[in-house]
Amino acid sequence: MPEFVTIWINGSAVRVPAGTPVSIAVLMAGHSEFRRSVSGEPRGPLCGMGICMECRVQIDNQAHCRSCQILCQEGMTVRTHD
Amino acid sequence: MIEQRYRTDILVVGAGPAGVAAAFRAAESGARVLVVDDNPQCGGQIWRADSKKALDKDATKWLDRIRDSSVKFLGGLKVFDRPEPGVMRAEGFDQVVACRFEKLILATGARERFLPFPGWTLPNVTGSGGLQALVKAGLPIEGKRIVVAGSGPLLLAVAGYLKERGAKIQIIAEQTRRFDLVKLGLRLLKCPKKLQQAFDLKMKLQGIPYLTNCWPVSASGRNAVESVTLQQGPKEWAVSCDYLACGFHLLPNTELAELLGCRIEKGSVWVDEFQETSVQGLYCVGESCGVGGLELALVEGEVAGWAATNLKEKARERFSERRKWRGFAAGLNRAFELRRELKKLPTPETFICRCEDVPFSRLQSEHSWRSAKLQTRCGMGPCQGRVCGPATEFLFGWKTESVRPPVFPVRLGSFVPSSAGDAPAES
Amino acid sequence: MLGHSKMTTAGFDVAIVGAGVVGAACALECARAGLRVIVLDRDPIGGGTTGAGMGHLVVMDDSEAQFALTRFSCSLWNERGVELPPEVEYQKCGTIWVAADEVEMAEVHRKQDFYSSRGVAVEVLDYRQLAEAEPNLREGLVGGLLVRDDSVLYPPCATRFLIEKAQQQGAVLRLNSTVASLGSHGPVLSDGSVVSAGITVNAAGISSPQLVAGIEVQPRKGHLLITDRYPGFLNHQVVELGYLKRAHSVTSDSVAFNVQPRKNGQILIGSSRQYGNREKGIDALLLRQMIRQATEYMPELKNLSTIRAWTGFRPATRDNLPFIGPHPNNENICLATGHEGLGITTSLATAELLVDQLLKRPSKIPYEPYLPGRSGERRADA
Ligand SMILES: Cc1cc2nc3c(=O)[nH]c(=O)nc-3n(C[C@H](O)[C@H](O)[C@H](O)COP(=O)(O)OP(=O)(O)OC[C@H]3O[C@@H](n4cnc5c(N)ncnc54)[C@H](O)[C@@H]3O)c2cc1C
Ligand SMILES: Cc1cc2nc3c(=O)[nH]c(=O)nc-3n(C[C@H](O)[C@H](O)[C@H](O)COP(=O)(O)OP(=O)(O)OC[C@H]3O[C@@H](n4cnc5c(N)ncnc54)[C@H](O)[C@@H]3O)c2cc1C
Ligand code: FES
Repeated sequence: MPEFVTIWINGSAVRVPAGTPVSIAVLMAGHSEFRRSVSGEPRGPLCGMGICMECRVQIDNQAHCRSCQILCQEGMTVRTHD
Repeated sequence: MIEQRYRTDILVVGAGPAGVAAAFRAAESGARVLVVDDNPQCGGQIWRADSKKALDKDATKWLDRIRDSSVKFLGGLKVFDRPEPGVMRAEGFDQVVACRFEKLILATGARERFLPFPGWTLPNVTGSGGLQALVKAGLPIEGKRIVVAGSGPLLLAVAGYLKERGAKIQIIAEQTRRFDLVKLGLRLLKCPKKLQQAFDLKMKLQGIPYLTNCWPVSASGRNAVESVTLQQGPKEWAVSCDYLACGFHLLPNTELAELLGCRIEKGSVWVDEFQETSVQGLYCVGESCGVGGLELALVEGEVAGWAATNLKEKARERFSERRKWRGFAAGLNRAFELRRELKKLPTPETFICRCEDVPFSRLQSEHSWRSAKLQTRCGMGPCQGRVCGPATEFLFGWKTESVRPPVFPVRLGSFVPSSAGDAPAES
Repeated sequence: MLGHSKMTTAGFDVAIVGAGVVGAACALECARAGLRVIVLDRDPIGGGTTGAGMGHLVVMDDSEAQFALTRFSCSLWNERGVELPPEVEYQKCGTIWVAADEVEMAEVHRKQDFYSSRGVAVEVLDYRQLAEAEPNLREGLVGGLLVRDDSVLYPPCATRFLIEKAQQQGAVLRLNSTVASLGSHGPVLSDGSVVSAGITVNAAGISSPQLVAGIEVQPRKGHLLITDRYPGFLNHQVVELGYLKRAHSVTSDSVAFNVQPRKNGQILIGSSRQYGNREKGIDALLLRQMIRQATEYMPELKNLSTIRAWTGFRPATRDNLPFIGPHPNNENICLATGHEGLGITTSLATAELLVDQLLKRPSKIPYEPYLPGRSGERRADA
């Protein structure tokens, strides 16, 4: 297993240790706002364990993915504000 | 989407301490055991893999045991449906799994309870265990100012952990009264191991104010939280921070058990002395049948692992230990019961349902969870009421209703088995 | 039939059992006509079949009577569309009936003739126009029929809106009230008390036969699923034409591709029909069939995140037409039930026809086809 993987967040490359959840990569890339709520509020991770759905982002064109439960894989593309 | 099929004697859902102990004991007797967890790795909440720090002895012992046993672990899979008796379906990011089993052990653990107050939806307002989970997964926290708030022993554990990782804990705000904690402390004297843990923590937290009878009344900030207003008695003051880690003790995850028709009592899955639920052949262990901490989760897991493989005598040997930890858990849960004053935290504009942004004012005219759901969409979003359900139960006394598949949101296609023939059976 | 002599002074002119969409519409129409009306329900507003339904307001052409009622009712909804509050999520998105083969395309043309000769705006789409209108439909479909003025709404909030309007005009709503029987002086509640009323309207949906003898209303179970929000994924209510063949079979379970865009971007996916199944739970096999059918027409659906699945029971009559009007053997009781899979659509017309009969007003369409005592209540599949 490689030690680091590179993923793309909103078009920018981010290098993180292998095994890092997408949510952490997004936070490390400086985004505290993962999505906009239905009334337009900024939102980010709440529970850290897969139950609140606040950390949803788009991963590899799949909308509404829980970023805290999905590990970064080489070349993954992530978009916040799914 | 790839579909994998498995066949096993015993399926364990949840790989926290309870599930791990159950799986290990069941496998000892030669049964084929498969453990499935939504988390990528084994360990559940307390033994969550840590990117920086080695796990403690207990954790290492159990996780090594599992690794060296015949137990098969599948991570990154949320179990969402039981399409027919004896089969569960689970979905991962790029796969679907169908598992046929003889017996099922649910070890789905607990989650934090979140209570709404103005500003609780801001980014960087997280659960207390929630922030710990993020940091364990690699979120850098050195030098960050953190307010830890809410209720329960988890606040101390989290503050201790975050401090160790270089965070500046501004304050710990515990809602319960000091009096209730003292009563709990007296109980701790009877449990030397717990006393030791509490003592260690106290040391670690030296220099951090630990306030009881204290809670956040609001959080504010532009794009993320910048300041928290705390209240203690008549006093109210603001504390600046980078994170507010706030959770109000824990709640059993009972959704899967409910889907399977298990009796639920006082918010927990009901079990008999062998941890069997009201549904035959279906066991439940750990915090899904009552919040009680690590030791209780382990004992319950062992009891079920043995009972499910017909080693009832061995299971019995653990009953007295289990009784001890259950007594301790009861005291703990009493000590951290929620104060009625917390019902006053939301203002009319505060969103109660974060998925659908339903404000408090919209809910005040509703009379039940069902009418609130139908008329305001509260609880109709992707968290399926996991966050707002317990909040409205506390605020309004509403009971949530029956659980239907999917237990977690899943891709539509995941409901349907791929037409390809059975994959080779695995153990 | 509601002679003024009959109007009790102490009680109500009309007591309506059921705060579903049908009861709510009737309450509003009664209140508008100046009648003193009370609505009783044991559950929350719209907590019965109404809360489980799809909210497609659709002009149908199974029979002239069904056409007349759905058409009239859709025009009433369209008139009201402007005053519906945002939470009703009313949206005039139109219906597309999809043809998968030449036989179904022939049906498209038959429908086109039927609708356009009766003044309903329709448009035949060839395969290219169909793909343009709904890019997520699979390739290889032959065409479709677009019915422009059909619309969708969110039934529980629409029902609440109707009830609240009725209340503003004097109607009384009493929830948590279970009606045990219909007495000659009005509904008798489970605690033994009587709600005194001249006329009792049985709008109790699938429970309506339990309150009066002599009517046949059977629960017809349906499944639905809803996704997370995907704005722009779907533009119209899209229904396959095979639907018609299968939906009317009373002998076997059936599924059909029937998807609805919600104003907020969620997609409602249907549907199934089952007779003789009173179990509220999800039938996993049928749900799968329904999903297979849906993804057969719209393959991308399979990647959308699904939040919930549920079931509901359509109140079905033998000839697929509702009962609207006085009970054949009891003048004090009126029926407004049996709306099967079209009760959201036909609620407003039902209410008008009912009050027309109560007050002996001229009605805009003939009400005879829907009279409870009608002869030739044929079997649906006969
Ligand atoms: C966020 C959080 C942090 C905590 N941190 C600490 C701490 O630092 N110190 C401490 O002493 N105690 C902590 N606790 C309490 C601790 O979890 C318990 O004391 C104990 O470990 C519970 O063990 P368990 O096996 O019952 O459940 P858990 O450890 O919660 O394990 C349950 C597992 O089930 C999985 N699961 C649930 N539903 C499904 C499903 N449908 N499909 C697949 N998998 C599923 C979950 O992903 C989870 O891994 C924490 C609790 C929480 C909620
Ligand atoms: C899956 C599905 C999809 C559908 N899709 C559509 C669609 O797209 N378009 C459309 O037009 N229609 C649709 N329908 C049909 C529509 O939902 C129904 O026809 C309509 O809701 C019936 O309304 P109702 O008021 O007659 O019945 P209900 O909504 O069931 O109301 C009856 C009320 O009476 C109350 N009640 C019953 N007995 C008693 C008692 N003894 N005492 C007190 N209260 C009592 C109940 O609590 C209930 O609230 C669908 C139905 C289903 C199941
Ligand atoms: S942070 Fe709650 S689901 Fe990811």
